[in-house]
Amino acid sequence: MDVPTPAGASRRIGKAERGDACGYDDGEGVRTGVTLLSFLLGCVASLLLLGPAGVALPRRLASAAIYPLTALVCAALGSSALAALLAGRVEDVVLPLGVPWIGAHLHLDALAAFFLTVIGFGGFVASLYAIGYARHEEEPRRVLPFYAPFIAAMALVVLAADAFTFLLAWETMSVTSWALVMAHHERPGNLLAGHVYLVVASMGTLVLLLAFGLLAGTHGHYDFTSIRLAATHRTLAWLVLLLVLVGTGSKAGLVPLHAWLPLAHPAAPSHVSGLMSGIMTKVAIYGFIRIAFDLLGAPVWWWSLPPLVVGALTAVIGLLYAIVENDLKRLLAYSTVENIGIVFLGLGLAMAFRSGGFETAAALALTASLLHVANHATFKSLLFFGAGSVLDATGERDLGRLGGLIHRMPATAVLFLIGTAAISALPPLNGFVSEWLLFQTVLTSPLLAPWLLKFLVPAAGAMLALAAALAAACFVRAYGMAFLGRPRSPQAAGANEVDVWQRLAMALLAAACLLLGVLPGLAVDALRPLLRLVLGTTLPRQATEAWLSLIPLSARAGSYNGLIVLVFMVLAGTSAALLVRTVAARRMRRAPAWDCGFPTASPTTQYTPASFAQPLSHVFGAMAFDTAETVAMPPPGGLGPARFSLRSRDRIWELLYRRLALVVERIATRLNRLQFLTIRKYLSLVFAALVLLLVLLALWQ
Amino acid sequence: MIGPYIVQGVQMCLVLVAAPLLTGLVRKAKARLQRRRGADVLQPYRDLLRLIRKETVIAENASWLFRVAPYLIFAATWVAAALVPTFATFLPFSWAADLIAIVGLLATARFFLSLAGLDIGTSFGGIGASREVMIAAVAEPAMLMIVFTLALHAHATQLSTIAQALGLPAVGVQVSLALVLVALILVALAENARIPVDNPATHLELTMVHEAMVLEYSGRHLAMIELATMLKLLLYISLIGTVFVPFGLARQGAPIAAYAWGMLFYAAKLAAGGVLLAISESAIAKMRVFRVPQFLGAALMLGFLATLLLFVARGS
Repeated sequence: MDVPTPAGASRRIGKAERGDACGYDDGEGVRTGVTLLSFLLGCVASLLLLGPAGVALPRRLASAAIYPLTALVCAALGSSALAALLAGRVEDVVLPLGVPWIGAHLHLDALAAFFLTVIGFGGFVASLYAIGYARHEEEPRRVLPFYAPFIAAMALVVLAADAFTFLLAWETMSVTSWALVMAHHERPGNLLAGHVYLVVASMGTLVLLLAFGLLAGTHGHYDFTSIRLAATHRTLAWLVLLLVLVGTGSKAGLVPLHAWLPLAHPAAPSHVSGLMSGIMTKVAIYGFIRIAFDLLGAPVWWWSLPPLVVGALTAVIGLLYAIVENDLKRLLAYSTVENIGIVFLGLGLAMAFRSGGFETAAALALTASLLHVANHATFKSLLFFGAGSVLDATGERDLGRLGGLIHRMPATAVLFLIGTAAISALPPLNGFVSEWLLFQTVLTSPLLAPWLLKFLVPAAGAMLALAAALAAACFVRAYGMAFLGRPRSPQAAGANEVDVWQRLAMALLAAACLLLGVLPGLAVDALRPLLRLVLGTTLPRQATEAWLSLIPLSARAGSYNGLIVLVFMVLAGTSAALLVRTVAARRMRRAPAWDCGFPTASPTTQYTPASFAQPLSHVFGAMAFDTAETVAMPPPGGLGPARFSLRSRDRIWELLYRRLALVVERIATRLNRLQFLTIRKYLSLVFAALVLLLVLLALWQ
Repeated sequence: MIGPYIVQGVQMCLVLVAAPLLTGLVRKAKARLQRRRGADVLQPYRDLLRLIRKETVIAENASWLFRVAPYLIFAATWVAAALVPTFATFLPFSWAADLIAIVGLLATARFFLSLAGLDIGTSFGGIGASREVMIAAVAEPAMLMIVFTLALHAHATQLSTIAQALGLPAVGVQVSLALVLVALILVALAENARIPVDNPATHLELTMVHEAMVLEYSGRHLAMIELATMLKLLLYISLIGTVFVPFGLARQGAPIAAYAWGMLFYAAKLAAGGVLLAISESAIAKMRVFRVPQFLGAALMLGFLATLLLFVARGS
């Protein structure tokens, strides 16, 4: 964090402050001056300035200068946010910006600091990756002006403490990311992606606007402190919760609002795809936690139903899409949908426990969700960067035209493998830890009294288990088709390893996957100030447990130690290998593949992505895609070819989006007449609207 | 102080040594049921030794993953098998991984086995891997629902605690446990590629799954994979024995005699499990591949039903 901020408002804040910020404090938030917050705001301001700087600098210098600077600022942002998280600092500042009589309220607490850490770290590795990746960018000036401001906007969403600033930052985030999606608008499909994204994003903001309106009430207090104090009415709060779920869920990708995500995330340049999938969806989750857990106050049990049910459905449906997808980047985007579902499932459980008064269980659920947020940010960024490197090396995103890259791109292959193992929730990597914690949470839930939850929670647990197994299937397919086997196209056969910056960024993320998996206790401990802030209680400290194992409730009930598992696996594997090598014949010979005696030279005889997915789509596809397989065999003795045809439809797209679009179009045609009224009619319309609003206001009060 | 660690070490070696013997016993029992004399019970040891001593042939385009995977699969399976209580509970490292983590370790082994099947780029490897992940996609959730039910009974996911809790005389016969036993047997058959899901004794059959994935392996690599397969069979029989016949398990700090009794009981459980498996394999025919999801779907539903029963029964 001792990095000077490069451009613009470079402030170096008191060193003494930074020293004690690193100290570990477990108590209530430490309310101090605004030193750390102003440093963070300095970082945000410099990121905002780096946008225009990208245009001002000469074309050849721009990429080479902007990405390293962005990486530095993001590193400063992330590490100081981590210090704030560990210290549990609480800082407030009101800047005389924005709406005159409100000002811009900014607030730093443990919740904001956690998400800022994720943003800072994610931005850092993405920029590092981009140093190498963006060298091949044909139009850097379509990306650079929006890249750093996009990160700044995400950080501002997290720091905002009034509705206006929040929504402004939220919209900036949407617009900058939209511009990045449209960077290559000339490619087929990208225009549609941008259009769908714009529609869903504006709908989401509109819904959030309504939610804040309800929260502010008739007094119109838009800063979060006043909202928190003015307890919202129960039924109204339920409405707010639904609106917030729709508003943030549309950005995060909850089913059925996920449709834009697999279109838009892959359309952007790969480092931006990683940021959008890995980090921006987390900002949406932040929005949900801030409003539903912090601003709305103590929940009632049925509030937990929407996030729980939607989360569980999202987790499974997202993966079903991912399993049949042939485009590597779209597959990753669908898998993001799944992971968002898992996080919301955990948040729903946390709300249910909180309403029932089971504080420790709520803390466990929230910890599991937030850990999954951090884990997903690491491995999804890693996988998107890997997909970007594959794209960089081969120009292909279609799994059916890849294959055999493990020989041509050895480093990328190893790092991508770590990412796939982590996202498939395999021990001893990090994905397993958060899923394990979620399973532990589900197992404590018979405590919950409401009957509906007694049926729904085990069902959600089953969905979670199904999602974990499907994820492994999905990523065996993705990795096997892209990196293993024989190359299916000349581009894949001629691929070359990517440059050192891209490998460095991926290696950092892979190391993070391993560290978070092996030492989860430290991550759980880092979340303690956050739990205390949001729930008023924490989990027992994990760092003092013997061998750094993870014991959330009690040692007899269940514990997990990734470190021991890793050590045992390494010992068992190496000792077996050494023993076999001493006992065994060392001779090894390379020969043509055996393949039951009928090896075929053509790589087209390999299993294709579609054939690999066929058994899975046969079993699960009928539910999600309304698939129908027909086999036409020639008559006995006939010499014609047999034909296999597969029909599949995206039900959500057809049933929901298409019909919605029809309805909107019909209404719009009707309302078209309003554009051709006389001035008298317009004036009477305005007058009627005014009267209606005044009446509504009078009734509400 | 060192005592418990010795017991842990003994357990690790025991599962490794006993696994081929168990497979040999199953093969022998099957042969006798088919009125064949069958090979010696010790034949699997000889097979493994023979494979290890032979020259290893690998395909020309095999990558490092193909060569590393056998050791990884073996390590993950061995660690998982060593963490299931066999003759004693509360071993010093038992808390490092609970039942969920054991399921996770087996998933790790399967993940790398499927990848190894895809590495050479042959159609048989693809068919095996594709079917393996389809079976796992149903079997793993079913297994986790079984874990949920057991964990809800014992208020723990720790296997030693589960064994202890289910060993109490107060438990008796319960509907949810009966459902789970059936489900666990179905999952165990599928996971170990036994009849009726897969046939361990055949090659060159279009319906094969596990053998298709390991078709390209030879020599010491094949030996490691075979040993891992044997360990997995031992793991599932130990698991069923520990959870549903939780008798004769030595407690922590018990006298040596208790450990000896534990060993004896464990040997009896393994033998019984092996013979029952041989009988069921001789009595049932193999099913078509696309019937397998229905077969495992039954296990999933049974596990889910048992979990639901416990959820509903708990708080009322």
